[in-house]
Amino acid sequence: MSMTSTAIELKGIRKVFGNVVANDQVDLSVRKGEILALLGENGSGKTTLMNMLSGIYQPDGGTIKVNGKVVHISSPEDSKKFGIGMIHQHFKLVELFSGIDNVLLGSSKQEFFLRKKRINTVNQAVKDFGLSVDLSKKVYDMSVSEKQSVEIIKVLFNGAKILILDEPTAVLTPQETQVLFDILRKMRDNGCAIVIITHKLNEVLEISDRVTILRKGKSIATVTTSETTAEELTELMVGHAVKLEIERPEVEVEDSPLFSVHHLVVENEDKINIIDDISFDLRRGEILGVAGVAGSGQKELCESIAGLQKVKRGAILYEKENIVDKKPMDIIKLGISMSFIPEDRLGMGLSASMGIRDNMLLKNYRKSKGLFVDRKKATETANEIVNKYDISAPDIVTPVSRLSGGNVQKVLLGREIEAKPNVIITAYPVRGLDINSSYVVYNALNASKKMGAGVLFIGEDLDVMLELCDRIMVLCHGKITGVVDAKTTTKEKLGLLMTGVKEVANSDD
Amino acid sequence: MNTIIKFLFAAIKAGVPFLYGTTGEIITQKSGSLNLGVEGMMYMGAFVGFYAGFKTNNIFLALICAFFTGAVAAFVFAFLTVTLQANQNVTGLALTIFGGGFSTFFGEMMIKFTPNGLPKLSEEFIKGLSEFKIPFLSDIPYIGKLLFSHNILVYLSIIVALLCWVYLRFTKYGLHTRSVGENPAAADASGLNVTLIKYLNIMLGGGICGLGGAYVSLVNGGGVWNNGCVNGQGWISVALVIFASWSPAKAIFGSLVFGMFTELQIRANDFAHEFPFLGFLGHIPTAFYKMLPFAITALVLVVTSISQKREGNQPAACGINYYREER
Repeated sequence: MSMTSTAIELKGIRKVFGNVVANDQVDLSVRKGEILALLGENGSGKTTLMNMLSGIYQPDGGTIKVNGKVVHISSPEDSKKFGIGMIHQHFKLVELFSGIDNVLLGSSKQEFFLRKKRINTVNQAVKDFGLSVDLSKKVYDMSVSEKQSVEIIKVLFNGAKILILDEPTAVLTPQETQVLFDILRKMRDNGCAIVIITHKLNEVLEISDRVTILRKGKSIATVTTSETTAEELTELMVGHAVKLEIERPEVEVEDSPLFSVHHLVVENEDKINIIDDISFDLRRGEILGVAGVAGSGQKELCESIAGLQKVKRGAILYEKENIVDKKPMDIIKLGISMSFIPEDRLGMGLSASMGIRDNMLLKNYRKSKGLFVDRKKATETANEIVNKYDISAPDIVTPVSRLSGGNVQKVLLGREIEAKPNVIITAYPVRGLDINSSYVVYNALNASKKMGAGVLFIGEDLDVMLELCDRIMVLCHGKITGVVDAKTTTKEKLGLLMTGVKEVANSDD
Repeated sequence: MNTIIKFLFAAIKAGVPFLYGTTGEIITQKSGSLNLGVEGMMYMGAFVGFYAGFKTNNIFLALICAFFTGAVAAFVFAFLTVTLQANQNVTGLALTIFGGGFSTFFGEMMIKFTPNGLPKLSEEFIKGLSEFKIPFLSDIPYIGKLLFSHNILVYLSIIVALLCWVYLRFTKYGLHTRSVGENPAAADASGLNVTLIKYLNIMLGGGICGLGGAYVSLVNGGGVWNNGCVNGQGWISVALVIFASWSPAKAIFGSLVFGMFTELQIRANDFAHEFPFLGFLGHIPTAFYKMLPFAITALVLVVTSISQKREGNQPAACGINYYREER
């Protein structure tokens, strides 16, 4: 490899926020025509590192070389000038603009007046990149993967030769992920240097040429993908060997259901049945998985159980008591807990400007007596959760918005699970979590199960669900297409059920 | 008919300060800043514009000074909110209070130091701002009187509003401004200078508000200085921004409507006199007409919030300070 083929070279990068060292002694290099995966757990400094390349942060030490020259990137504008384009985890698009205007925003190709022909210019460029996306739509009308395509086209349109993608697959379906990977391979073959931040090992193995592993802000190793294994990568990332199987403890299951849903119908704003006559039972001591393509009614199911969504017809029985039309507070008092991790992973269940302690308080302040808030109990709970779930936070009073995404999520899940509810409804609990944290969550759910709780696990990763759940129920367009035994079914059968092919699998009903 | 034409003619005139204030505030809000200091900026523009006109006898210079004063006041707002990240609502309110005090303080001083205690613009100056007829066009029956025999500042206000509309809607820099108002992080990631865009638009908006103040003191006052000349018109302009759904073009229509409400306070009795079936108008207390613009604005807010359309709403990031490293 000659010197000129190196697109980016980082040497001894250091970044400190207050008294937290986010990056220290990080070395990394990407060659042209190569996909480098940047692997690391939540809070290991991946995003911080890449934000220094995109001009959001400035390093406190070390050097950045772009195409062999030492550069100083002090703003996103500089970054663009050096041909670096970053696709952020939370898309940076103007929702109210069309895709076209988003692509042209800040581009030197935009003329003084916004003329009709700008549409052709962009569409032609899209064609030249070999992509097909309708960019004339407003961004708020686009699906998540379309929005991501706009971001990618935008950086390519600006002539970026170095692409950085921050957890691009976290919000995509498996099919959309494949489309994205095809695009990335094409870009690589065109001579682009690509850095992809992820913690999904199978994706790292599939798409990357080399992997650089970060642990606690330091670059630990760089390995060639074809010469490594998932086990080796995990060990490098976590620092010790981790067994990758998920436990499924056997628990005596009572026959009578703890919780059951009867002929539930929920309408959306357009009067369409988003949940269409579904019935199922959840027993004590089991984890019932709910699989389905995104938007099959998972969110509405969660919300109707938690009392946040108006139910059109049907009953939800908990210990033979109908909880439909009960207030959310009364449902919580019954011991039913719901934690939904939305696609953007922020925004639900926690107050962003409050610290971990005060967020604990939100759940239990009613229990304290007297006029004044008692923070002692909340402090204890907060410390307990920080330890148990290995949350990295400066302290328990720092606003949770300052924590990294995975840590915010652990705070929410920890609070919900530690309240020891009888029924746990959890949607996408490990979305975007790294391996270690995911296992903490699995173990916590298994512990609740052993204590006799019923868990409704709404998930997206079929491999995980097959290992963790006892039974898996498949939703498709608001209907149940099958309930299968997780021990005997296969991924292919689930996939068929998800697309609406009814009852091909062995049902245990 | 004559009563109606007279009424509409007066309504257009009464709407002009609103149009300046609203256009200025729309530009400001489109760049993501909620500057509640319109009233204050208008007061400052009113005094400085008047004083410059009083001392120099030059209309052009008076307008420039009023614009400049509004822009400087807005610059202070921009410095506090964009650079120092101060709360926009508080800063805007402070600017309103400061502007009112500024104009009263210096206005009173100007009165003290004027020999007869009555600062008045020269006849020549007043004549330059008086209504004039546009040849031929003003001869069209009704329309000519209504639309083509105003003073120069009326036409200027409409030109300014139209230019701002074109700027926001059809130019690259307008696109940049709107992107900053909707999602500054996206604008920043696109390599735009968010800080610069905010400063420029806030100052442009403030300058236009200053012109509105100049209109109030130079035209409405009849050439004599009055300490309380703006008298809440800045606040109505802020309400009008919502009524106009953040479009300077719609603000032209909106300021006419609000101008009509203002004129109704004065002319309700004329109507009652002229048209017997409108007799009830004379019995409604003027306070009712004063309240109307705000009631209508509340109604518009309700209607726009019911409609699911994403367009025509307040810019998403309006009122929120942007700090790049915040997540």
